[in-house]
Formats: sequence, structure tokens, C-alpha cells
Amino acid sequence: MPLLDRYTAPADRYDELLASNGKPRAHWEGVIQHLDWLGPRALREARESMQRQIASNGVTYNVYADPRGADRPWDLDLLPQVLPAEEWHEIAAAIRQRATLLNAVLRDLYGSQKLIADGQLPASIIQGHPGFLRACHGIKAPGGIHLHLYAADIARSPDGHWWVVSDRTQAPSGAGYALENRALLGSQFPELLRKLRVQPLSPFFQTLRDSLAQWAPRDDEAPLIVLLTPGALNETYFEHAYLARHMGIPLVEGQDLTVRNGAVFLKTLAGLRRVHAIMRRTDDSWCDPMELRSESALGVPGLVDVARKGGVLIANALGSGLIESGALLGYLPAVCEHLLGEELAMPSVATWWCGEEEALEEVAERIDSLVIKNAYGFAAEGPVFGGDLDEAAREALISRIKEQPRNFVGQEMVHLSRSPIWGPLTGSLEARLTGLRVYAAATPNGYIVMPGGLSRVAGVKDTRVITIQRGGGSKDTWVLAGAQEELALPTQPADNYPTIITEHDHGTLASRTGESMFWLARHVERADCALRLLRCGLRQQLFAEDTEWPALYAAGLRCGVIPRRLATDKPLSPQATLLNALMDENFAGGPINNLRNVIRLARSLRDRLAPDSWRMYARLERLTASWMRGAHTLSDALEFLDQSLLALITLAGYSMEHMTRDASWRFQSIGRRVERMQFLATALEVLLVPDKGSPALASLIDLSDAVLTYRRRYQRAPERGPVAELLLTDRDNPRAFLYQLESLADHVGQLPGQLPADVSTPLRLLVENLLARKPEDWVSSSAETAALRGLLQASWLEGNALANALQNRYFSHLDVRTTVS
Amino acid sequence: MRYKIEHVTRYTYSSPVGLSFQIAHLQPRDDDEQICLASSLQIDPAPERVDAGKDYFGNDVARFELSSPHKALAIIATSEVDVSRDPETPTESEPWESVRQYFAETLWGQDADSAAAEFLFPSPLVPHSPALREYARASFTPERPIVEAALDLMTRIHEEFEFDPTATHVTTSVETVLQIRRGVCQDFAHLMIGCLRALGLPARYVSGYLLTEPPPGQPRLIGADASHAWVALYVPEFGWLALDPTNDIVPGDKHIMLAWGRDFGDVSPLRGVILGGGEHDVDVGVTVTPLDDEMATDSETGAEADSEITAEATLVAGSTPDKA
Repeated sequence: MPLLDRYTAPADRYDELLASNGKPRAHWEGVIQHLDWLGPRALREARESMQRQIASNGVTYNVYADPRGADRPWDLDLLPQVLPAEEWHEIAAAIRQRATLLNAVLRDLYGSQKLIADGQLPASIIQGHPGFLRACHGIKAPGGIHLHLYAADIARSPDGHWWVVSDRTQAPSGAGYALENRALLGSQFPELLRKLRVQPLSPFFQTLRDSLAQWAPRDDEAPLIVLLTPGALNETYFEHAYLARHMGIPLVEGQDLTVRNGAVFLKTLAGLRRVHAIMRRTDDSWCDPMELRSESALGVPGLVDVARKGGVLIANALGSGLIESGALLGYLPAVCEHLLGEELAMPSVATWWCGEEEALEEVAERIDSLVIKNAYGFAAEGPVFGGDLDEAAREALISRIKEQPRNFVGQEMVHLSRSPIWGPLTGSLEARLTGLRVYAAATPNGYIVMPGGLSRVAGVKDTRVITIQRGGGSKDTWVLAGAQEELALPTQPADNYPTIITEHDHGTLASRTGESMFWLARHVERADCALRLLRCGLRQQLFAEDTEWPALYAAGLRCGVIPRRLATDKPLSPQATLLNALMDENFAGGPINNLRNVIRLARSLRDRLAPDSWRMYARLERLTASWMRGAHTLSDALEFLDQSLLALITLAGYSMEHMTRDASWRFQSIGRRVERMQFLATALEVLLVPDKGSPALASLIDLSDAVLTYRRRYQRAPERGPVAELLLTDRDNPRAFLYQLESLADHVGQLPGQLPADVSTPLRLLVENLLARKPEDWVSSSAETAALRGLLQASWLEGNALANALQNRYFSHLDVRTTVS
Repeated sequence: MRYKIEHVTRYTYSSPVGLSFQIAHLQPRDDDEQICLASSLQIDPAPERVDAGKDYFGNDVARFELSSPHKALAIIATSEVDVSRDPETPTESEPWESVRQYFAETLWGQDADSAAAEFLFPSPLVPHSPALREYARASFTPERPIVEAALDLMTRIHEEFEFDPTATHVTTSVETVLQIRRGVCQDFAHLMIGCLRALGLPARYVSGYLLTEPPPGQPRLIGADASHAWVALYVPEFGWLALDPTNDIVPGDKHIMLAWGRDFGDVSPLRGVILGGGEHDVDVGVTVTPLDDEMATDSETGAEADSEITAEATLVAGSTPDKA
């Protein structure tokens, strides 16, 4: 076995691969043989292929302060962690017991608190715990289940026994990464997985989802389950999206949900839909600004009260973070005997809670051999290794502990086991310290344990802390089925499950997504109009044809493309005015802020944008950044304008040619039309039929991208009549005013659900008015031009009214009370 | 002593509020020295639903929700309370260190003492502060009886801090109050609680009302009374000892209790989250009317109460990315 040539067993640690005689353990043999048979070159290729897959699937882990950027690619080793059936059965039984126990403890502490009355736990263990949510005390969890998904970090000591290092009880992360790891490794070694009879993971998630549906409050609808995420900036956001997709449930943020009359609703474009269960990844105290942390913008106001009334299932129940506390560990063996009448199957790593005076003394005495942690599990208070400290630092730590002893625990250090990783640089096996996170889910028949888990390995050869936040890697975990054992059934495609809400069904597109799409399209169009106006002006300067400058300047001011200047400001030349407008970062609503809004919104929608269109947004971002850094010369500006307009046109074309005509597309189209209609209304008013001064027809034609068409169709210098025909009432010109109005009316008519009738009526009446006269008549007298100005202004206002109506009806759901009751 | 209390809160918003959730702590709770005889809550416009219940600390709460657009919201809480609070304090008490030691040990089981331990810990508005402990040391000298030391601390806060409704706001930290030596009753209560907890003694926040007397010969003004806040320290074998650092008095039957908790955040008279609303204004008026005649002639002076305690409202902006 050449792969093992340079890998040796350590004397002082348990090695996952090698037994103490230096031979591979039996359950590893199949893996090693297979890898040896493949040979180093195939392994290298397998790893590269896996890396490519990680990049193209966008598997990331966001690290807040990572030089590699916000989205760090996921780090997965080519070798799995392998566990044999017999050993796994013991682990699984212990985890089942522990989940059952911790659930019972939670139920007690948020209810009768008999454990405290009976002297099993000191009251101070919860009284001083910031994670004890007093607002949630007394809330009955459906089915008595607080803990729907539980995770334990376990580690193996030199004698081969497993220990629990910590419990994850409020919103355990990593199960989705474990699933993705399996998909990645499975695609490299499909035959090996079959041959070794590796237990599949996905049935676990299906069971979890079905169990949630079981306990969710019932009404006459199929239960709707959602996954609540704090948002795209969260470190494990990838996993939230991945799990939601895998489980076939909508991924939502707090603002997508609303509470009405004792129930939770999802704001969808088709109206409010009752939510029966929330699987949350938002931490306890951030879930409801009403009764928990009032500064939280991530939560759903009123959620606690709905839970109190039993109107929604929240998994895990609010307040479950309470028992992640290291302070609890020391009491668990006795509590287990007391509640379950059983011995605790898997011990916790020895932990002393300094809230007890004797423990405090013990910790102070043995501090050199202990890790000191925050008793309430707050990561901000990172673990401190007593042995690392010099005399002064040790004294300082001890006095900090004595100042608030209840905030600290001292924990023995685990001599972690080692596992081999395949080192891409050396092409051979290297040893890394490892730990395993395992998962249990509540079902009506008790807890089940996911056969596998997220194995984590230290990032460098010797380190004591394994966290992915600090650069460790991960491994897929293979639990081998025993000879007599059947594999869990592979999961059925999620499609036939009643809770599935696919987003093809426009009725369930989350309102926030529709809203962001709407605003993205508006900002794209607004940027297009603004850049066009600036380009038109700068070209005129370049060719010294600026007789229309006063009119163009007026149009720029009215459209918010050129900033208003105070009378006291130094007068600027036209060219300086235009360049200034293009680079002023403080100009609210100005072109640069506009482009930045485009980029910001595109980022927030990144999951929903096709890779090609995302690339175009990224290009726009680069162009903007490099223009802002540059020297701001006239030629730079024209180059920037040409390139950005090209990118914007490409995006518009993408939307026409590549997007499905679903509700999201409909909202984007409306957003685009509203902006263009408003821009045209103002441009026509100022440039075609100005109140005073003369029209600026050449500019108007240029702004409307109609230079060629006009020349071809009329073959003469710009005149008001033909321009009016081409830009005002030409039904077939997508840059004509009439086209915008008709297209808007058409889109509005096809929106899902019922809009109040008066939303599209004004649009149709405006169209009627516009068509009541021939185009040339509109510009035939001052009375007519005044009438046209009135019509254009009314249309502009109608654009705002329409946007507000959509906002209320589809995004904020402020006018839908009648549909709720 | 019997009182009728009317506590009126009026919000006005510059644009309509589409959705509003509110929690009210406006019904006086009962204890050994006070009983609430009647209580009602009027809300205009009428909410979609109102739920009455108790919070974790046993205070009476009302939760309500309005989901039809409104530009104004009025909440009128009316109650009748019989108070017979004895301002007497124990003449002898044990040294404060032995109380601290008692609570430093882990208490087992559920009794009054271990329930009081709830109030030993830092809370959101009163975090742990060694600076407050230093301030308190001057009163809590070695071996001093706990009641005597606490009364001294109360007196010092009254003397060394100036009542100034403009100096602080709802979220001003206790550390800042210690620095600037100004504030209102809520600040002084938090400050004193922080001092006591930093010493390892259990202390809780009490919200309520204080009867104020009109100048001699003038009628009682409607709405001139105010919300008030004070402190209670737990003394083993005696129970909760109320202390009003704003006025340097041990509350008697002019103090009408509404609710208690770890700090203001647990018992704010009104707490809400609204959607929409734009700018908002709030106007609070409290009228305490004695129902017995003898009170009218009893004129103690110098009581300061705080009209700055108003409802705490969190504005939730709409979810629109940008409407610029």
C-alpha cells in the first residue's frame, strides 16, 4: 500500500486510520485499497475536479475578516472520515439519549422548573444566563419538542473513547455542508460508496422535514415550512440556501414574514400565505424585536406571541440556546439519571463551572491544564489556554474570573485524535487533528441520528482549536452499514411533497425578491437614461455643438442627472458640470449612486441571477470603480459612458431574451417601463415642448437612441412634427412614450392576484388622451403644447402612483387585511 | 390610601402606520401592601385583538395589534388602587458582606431567597460595572449593616446627582449617568441597582407613580403627575426593601407600584414595533387622584417625578431598498 508508506501512527494520540500495530484499521482497508489502485495522478485529478465543482456550485463559507474575501471557497479533503457500523451504533445511541435528555431539560427550564425545585440544577444557572429568554418562559412547544435539530461536537481521546465537547442546540450549523460534502465526494467515488455500503444522508433531512410538518399547527392547508436565514452576510448562508433547496422549502429572511392576528404569514406576490413551521438559522434573541432584542432587524415582530399562542412551530424553539452553556455539563450525569433513569452514555469533557465556589477554586488551581471558556457560549470570549499564559496574564485571568465567576467554565483539554488528509502539495497522506459534529432530529418516534456528520480537521499540522472560522478544513464522514444492516432509503424527489412551494409558481415568489428585482430594473434603467444624457452633453462639448446646452442642462436638472447648484457656487463650464455630475459621490440619486445601487441590489440577488447576467453586473462594478479612480478626463468619461451603456444594454437584452416570463420578470419589466416613461415624460416636456426657450430636438433624438431611425425615416433636419410622431406616439418604437404607457398597462394587467381596478385605469385613459390628437397637432400651437405638458406631467405622477400601489399590494402587504381574515 | 390613576399616551405619526404591535405594562400589580381594585385599558383606534396576561415576573401585561392604517394612537389606562405601604425599615440588619456571601454561594431549590437571586445578575440596561461598585463603596463600608448602607447610598445619589430631564435619554448608559451626575428617576434607579448588583446584592427595578402635591391653594392639574421608578433591595429575613433615590425616601403610600423587573426594559409602560409611520410624536399624561380626603391636605414637598419616561417605540423601516 504505497499510500501508507510515509504515514505513521503517533504514540500519544488515537489515529483514525492506523491501529497501534501500524496496520490500517479494518474499516479503512477498502478505502485505502481503492485509492492506491487509482494512483496519485487520478487522485490529483479527482481533487482538482472537486475544487472546480466547489467553485462552480458556489460552495462558500463567509469569514468575516478573511483576506480572501467574503466568500471563501469551501475546503473539503479528498479522504473521508470512516466509521464502522458497530462503533457508529454506540455513538448514535449516545447522541439519541443526549438529544432526548437535553430536550427534557429545555422543556423543564422553560416550564415548571422542577429540576431547580428538586435541587438537580441551581437556579443561578439560568438566572444569570443571557440566553435564558424570559419572554419565552411558559411557552409550550408543540409535542413537547424544543429541540428539533440537535448537534454535538464530539472528539476521541487516546484510548479510543468519544467525548462530547459541546452541544449545539439553537440553530446548529453544518448539516447542510455535510450533505454537500457527500455530494462532492460521491461524485468522485460513486462505486466506492456503493461497494463499502456507506449510509446515505438525505433520508435524514426528509424525515426532519416530515416531522416538522407533523407537529406544525393544523388548518385546512398543506403545511408551509420555511427556512429563516439572517441573510446573505451570515457565515453559513450557503448552507441555508443549500438546505432550503434540498428540503424543498422556501428560504426567507425576517422581512419576508409578517405576523397578523396570531399567525405568521409569508409575503408573496400572490398575497399573504400562512406559515406553519419555521426552521430557523437566526439566533434566539434576534428573532423578534418586539419581545426580544429590540434592535434586531433580522427578526419578525410579534413572533414570540404567535409561538405563545401555538400559531406556529419554531424549530428549534426560541430560547433553546440556553443549554449550549458549558455550565450545564457538570450536572448532566445526575440529571440524566434523574430524568431518564439511565446512565449518561457518552461523557462530556470534564468541565467546571466557576459559579460554584469549589469549582472556582479548582479552576484557579489547575488553570495551566485547562481551557477557559465563556460559560454562556459566547464566541466573543474566545477560549483561552491557561498553559499559554505567563504569570501576569494568568493572574489577570483569574481575577477576571473572580470578578464574575458565573461567566466562566474551565474545561479539560482533549487530546484529539488524528486523521489522514490527502495533501495536494505532497501527493501523500498527512496527519491532522480531527473532531466530528453529529446531528440528531426529533421525530414522532424519538430522535434519529444522521448516519454521518461534519468532520473537521485542523488547518495546519498542529493546532488545538479546530474551527472553520479559523481556517480548518472538512471531511465527508462515511458510516459503513453492517453486514446485516439495510441502507436507509434514498430520498424521494421532493416534488410530490405537499409543502413544496416551487418558485416557478409566481404566487410564492417572496415579496422581497420581487421588490428587489423591481428596484434593480428601475435603477438599471435610471442609470441608462442618466448616462445617455451625460454622454449626449459631453459629445456636444467634444464637437463644440452646444447650442442646445441650456435645454439639456434644464433636462438634466429635472431628471436628477445633474446636481442642483447654489446661486453662491462658482459657475462651472458645461463640460465641468457634466463631468462633475458623473463623479459626484455625494449627489444623492445621481449617476454614481445610481450605479452603486444597481451593483448593491444585484449582489443581494446574486443567488437568483444567471451567471451571465451576474458577470455583466460585476463588469459594471469594475468599470465604475476604475472610472472613479481615474483622472476624470473627457476621453475617460466618454469611454466609461460607452462601456457602461453597453453593459446596461446587454442586461436589458438578457432580460428580453433569456428570462422566463414569470412574476419576477413582470416586476422587472414594470420597473424598467416606469423609469423610462418618467424619464421620457420629462425629456419630452423640456426638450420638445418647453414652456419657454426653444426645443432641443437633436438632443432629444440622441437621448432616445433614435438618430439613425430619424435620419432613415425622415431624411431631413429635426422638426417638431416628425420628432413628435417618432418619440411620442409611435407604438412600435420601444423608446417612444406611448410604447411605455401601453406596455405598462399591459404588464399591470398580467400581474398575479387582484390589483385595485384604479391602478391600470389611469394608464389607459392617458393613452386615450395621447391618441386623441395626431402627433403633429400636439406641437402645433402654444395651447396644444401646454396641454401636452400637462399630460406628460400627469403621466410622470402616475408612474409614482403605480409604483406605490405595487409596493403596498405586493411588497409591504399593507392593503390586504381583507384577504387575511 | 385609595387612588384613581389615569395614564394617557398619545402617539401621532406623520404618515400612516400600517401595522403596530404593542405591549403595555399599565395595570398596577398586587402585593402585600397594594391591591388593584379596578383597571381598564382603552385603545383608539380599536385594535384587532387584545390579549391580557402575565409576564415572567408576574406583572400584568396587555398585548395588542393594530393592522388597519392609522395616523394616531391613544392608549388610556385607568385604574383604582388601594395602597397601604409602610415606609418603616428594619432598625437592625446584618452586615452587607454576609448578605453578599450568602448570595455568592450556590442556592439550591426554589424559595424566596433563590428567587431573589434572579436580580443579582447584569441585565440589558444595567450591565456589570466595577465603576459603580467603587462609587457604592463609600456607603458600603466594612461590616456596615446592609439597610443602613443602602439608605446612605440612596441619600448620596439624591445629593450628588442632579435631576435633569434634558441630560439623558432612554438608552443613556448607567456609566454615563455616573460621569455626568445628572438624569431622571429611571437613571437613578438603574444607577443604584447597578451599584447594589456590583456589590453582589440582589436589586430590582420598580415602575409606578408618585402622587405629587399641587402648590397650596391650587387645584390638582390633570396630567401633571408622572410615571416614576424606584428600587428594591432584597434583605434576607426582611424581604424587599423599597428605596427611592430620586427623592431620598423610603416609598410609603404615595408610591403606587405598576410592575417590577430587572430594569426598565422589562417593564416599560408601552413598548411597540410599528411598520410605517414616518416621524412620530408621543405625549404622555398621568393624573393621580386621591380618593380619600385626608390626602388633599397632606402636603409633603420636594418630590420629583419623571415625565420623561415615555413609551419606547422601535421604528421598523419599510423593506424598500431605495426609493430615492
